[in-house]
Amino acid sequence: MAMTEKEVAEILGKLPSKVQKNRSKHILVKDCSQPDQVIEANTRTIPGIITNRGCAYAGCKGVVLGPLKDMIHIVHGPIGCSYYAWGTRRNKGRTEDPSENFLNYCFSTDMQEKDIVFGGEKKLAATIDEVMKIFNPKAITISATCPVGLIGDDIQSVGRAAEERHGIQVLAFNCEGYKGVSQSAGHHIANNILMDKVIGNSTEEKAPKPFAINILGEYNIGGDSWEIERVLKEIGYHVVSVMTGDGSYEELRLAHTAQLNLVQCHRSINYIAEMLETKYGTPWLKVNFIGINSTAESLRNMAQYFGDETLIRKTEEVILREQATIQPRIDQYRKICDGKRAFCFVGGSRGHHYQGLFAELGIETVLAGYEFAHRDDYEGRSVLPTIKPDSDSKNIPELHVERDTERYCVKLTPEIAEELRAKIPLSNYKGLNIDMQDGSIIVDDLNHYETEEFIRLLKPDIFASGIKDKYVVQKMGIPAKQIHSYDYSGPYAGFGGAVNFARDVSMAFASPTWNYIIPPWHDQPLLDGQINEGGAA
Amino acid sequence: MLDATPKKIVERTSGGMINPAKTCQPIGAMYAALGIHRCLPHSHGSQGCCSYHRMHLTRHFRDPVMASTSSFTEGASVFGGGANLKTAIKNVFEIYDPDVMAVHTTCLSETIGDDLPTIIKQAEMPEGKVVFHANTPSYQGSHITGFSNMTKAMVTYFSESTLLEKEDRVNLIPGFVNPGDMREIKRIAAMMEIPCIMFPDTSGVLDSPMTGSFQMYPEGGVTLPELKKTGDSKLSLALGRFASSDAAGTLEKKCKVPAITLRTPIGIKATDAFVMALRGAFAMEVPRELEEERGQLVDIMTDTHFHFHGKKVAIFGDPDIVAAMVEFSLSLGMQPVHVLTGTPGGALGSGMAGFEEEIKELLSAAGLNGNVKSAGDLFTLHQWIKNEPVDLLIGNTYGKFIARAEDVPFVRLGFPILDRSVHSYLPVVGYHGAMRLIEMISGALLDRQDRDAADEDFELVM
Repeated sequence: MAMTEKEVAEILGKLPSKVQKNRSKHILVKDCSQPDQVIEANTRTIPGIITNRGCAYAGCKGVVLGPLKDMIHIVHGPIGCSYYAWGTRRNKGRTEDPSENFLNYCFSTDMQEKDIVFGGEKKLAATIDEVMKIFNPKAITISATCPVGLIGDDIQSVGRAAEERHGIQVLAFNCEGYKGVSQSAGHHIANNILMDKVIGNSTEEKAPKPFAINILGEYNIGGDSWEIERVLKEIGYHVVSVMTGDGSYEELRLAHTAQLNLVQCHRSINYIAEMLETKYGTPWLKVNFIGINSTAESLRNMAQYFGDETLIRKTEEVILREQATIQPRIDQYRKICDGKRAFCFVGGSRGHHYQGLFAELGIETVLAGYEFAHRDDYEGRSVLPTIKPDSDSKNIPELHVERDTERYCVKLTPEIAEELRAKIPLSNYKGLNIDMQDGSIIVDDLNHYETEEFIRLLKPDIFASGIKDKYVVQKMGIPAKQIHSYDYSGPYAGFGGAVNFARDVSMAFASPTWNYIIPPWHDQPLLDGQINEGGAA
Repeated sequence: MLDATPKKIVERTSGGMINPAKTCQPIGAMYAALGIHRCLPHSHGSQGCCSYHRMHLTRHFRDPVMASTSSFTEGASVFGGGANLKTAIKNVFEIYDPDVMAVHTTCLSETIGDDLPTIIKQAEMPEGKVVFHANTPSYQGSHITGFSNMTKAMVTYFSESTLLEKEDRVNLIPGFVNPGDMREIKRIAAMMEIPCIMFPDTSGVLDSPMTGSFQMYPEGGVTLPELKKTGDSKLSLALGRFASSDAAGTLEKKCKVPAITLRTPIGIKATDAFVMALRGAFAMEVPRELEEERGQLVDIMTDTHFHFHGKKVAIFGDPDIVAAMVEFSLSLGMQPVHVLTGTPGGALGSGMAGFEEEIKELLSAAGLNGNVKSAGDLFTLHQWIKNEPVDLLIGNTYGKFIARAEDVPFVRLGFPILDRSVHSYLPVVGYHGAMRLIEMISGALLDRQDRDAADEDFELVM
């Protein structure tokens, strides 16, 4: 049941005119006859609109920095910001020495009114000193929250002074929540500093094993990264670092030694991928480890990149074995899921990635979109030159890296690179739009009003989104699947993850609990009897 | 688990928190505002605040938590958020059509000094619709302070004294408790045939039934006419002084409604005090059914005292809940040896002083002398437990990490509980709530005894 532009216009017609004008640019009805449909993205949410978006701090500390397990992440601000990013995202991590894993800890300067009035720099410095004394971590990050920028605390200089006092890296991130228009600004801020200060900050010049790779934009939610690495290691890859799921400061420093960078979440980490290519000559490959076919394709593309016969053979062997193991189970679940229709609205890459997995279960994605993506995540990187910076994006500093004259190394000859680019997404991402069906809906920054309206019109069987939507949708009798946190399940990535996902989605459909919504007395008369013709006997 | 936490306690003077036992004001304000019928809470700050608060409340209640935001950008932060709030007010009423918008501030809008009353006055809004506000700077107090401030704002904005003689009715200010608790408090008042207005009242909002259709504004919540009438009630009972006494005190000043502050009615003594206060003020006999419930509770307490008597317990969480739970654990013959809240106690005006004194008084009356701290964090609590182990830990979900690290049985109580369900529907207040707490406490202790028992000591009857 495809929607028409007219129906979308009807939905938006009920909105105030300014909102209507704004929102109409963020919604597309996919039209395969128009190859270059333009969508507006990464622009401000209008105040009062109930959006799912968060802030720059959430993108910086919550998404990118938080999973780095062997660093201590101090949040400089009132208590809430650190508290809400504490254990809420399901980015798993383990360390050989458990006392070096700080993922279950939460550090805040807990700014009080006097700190707002007189400045919080001293308190921040004292907190760093205390953390050093008690925990002695390898490195520390400082993340700024809204008031920090406003009162002018110079966290950069506090960080530099602490580096001198303690002889470790203390990285300061000016990721105040009001910067940019969503979490996306925070990703960029985090990427810049990790690239500038951590990656390559090591005397190691070479990875210890061949086929060395980094996995970028994989946050190990529910153990995703572990499932991906299981297969990669078996095939023969050496994973130098993961950015940043189960990630570590120590491994991040070695990231320059990889021969290829995989990009899972394009939105949150493409900045680092690009900078690594400029600085060290390491190309990146867009991968998608969600779904069986996408995983297999990503593995094959990797093998093609390296062009090694053993690697290619091993890749095929592993794919064959894994598929043979999981396909019978997927087939069982497919019987439950087949013919269903989904909405898939997630952050900045999963709105695209999960569509393949849904399709493998026989589920069609009729509406998709991203919470905080940019136009290139929808339309592909070819539109990058046409995206004009606005006042919000200009506030995020650009890091200009240059070729590292000593470490830059050409990984591919220009001829091979060109040949590969024709076949595999090497340093390229084609975006979500291209994979959507004709007549399906693409929505940027979907809001509550539109959620209700699109559900009313399109009647999906499952709604894949986040916690804030979940119970809204379920109250309508429609199962909702959290794709940010996986509803406390997972992993969903890789071959094993596909089975978990199929199991969980099938469970949502098959659960008998949905059958009790209508009480029996609603459709049965109170009195049971017959009405005699001609009145009472 | 938490392997980096050393046993040795070094004095910390930075003022920084490690593993906090509180969060910031706005989430409390958002929760309180949801207790008004057809009200949309509005967060005047960056989008992240609203998103985080909705996420957290949703995970605790497993129900929709609707709220809007002023979506500050850098420009708004520099030039003030007035334009954003005015746009938001216009859009919220046009698109989401609440009757009331409850605006709370954030550290951002407080730091730049947005003047909310003026902005609201200048805002365009449809006839008959209402916008009110509470100042909830995140850098003061805790989520409990925010809850208190929003509840107080309901009084300052809406309560009116319109009659010469007060009406035979009690205002019940329940504090930061679950909708299941609010229902139970109202049930007790109804059993005693005493009319009441509860505010805020999230029952029917955050424990709304599954009907197959989504209602943005569910049936529950105190209505504006009811809020107005609180000024004509005969009495206000503030249940929990940190979350509720400010509103009751303000109502006393504004409308001359006498205010009594009681503990949150968790446990037998606090419930008795609540029932006695109602009985005394309204000269209503305690009905047989309620006395029967109390008798059942005491029956359970005496019959099972050997399950928990003498057990050492650590209790943490929000101050009102913790104080009442300490009192109840003493009634059960348990020994609270570590008691901690993250909410600062003392600096915030009349009703808020002296959490530590209150707890120490309770403990010393029982001949005990434990660790007590307000404005504390869970790192401190964990170190205390490492130095003086306990048989049981009671607190919100964050306690599970300590419980695992130290292998201590754990009972979940308070906010937030993110890893178990149903808790928000069932009470811990009243006599029934006390029975439920005993079931949880006994169950946790006996499960541990069973787990650790040798086969020959593993008992059928306990």
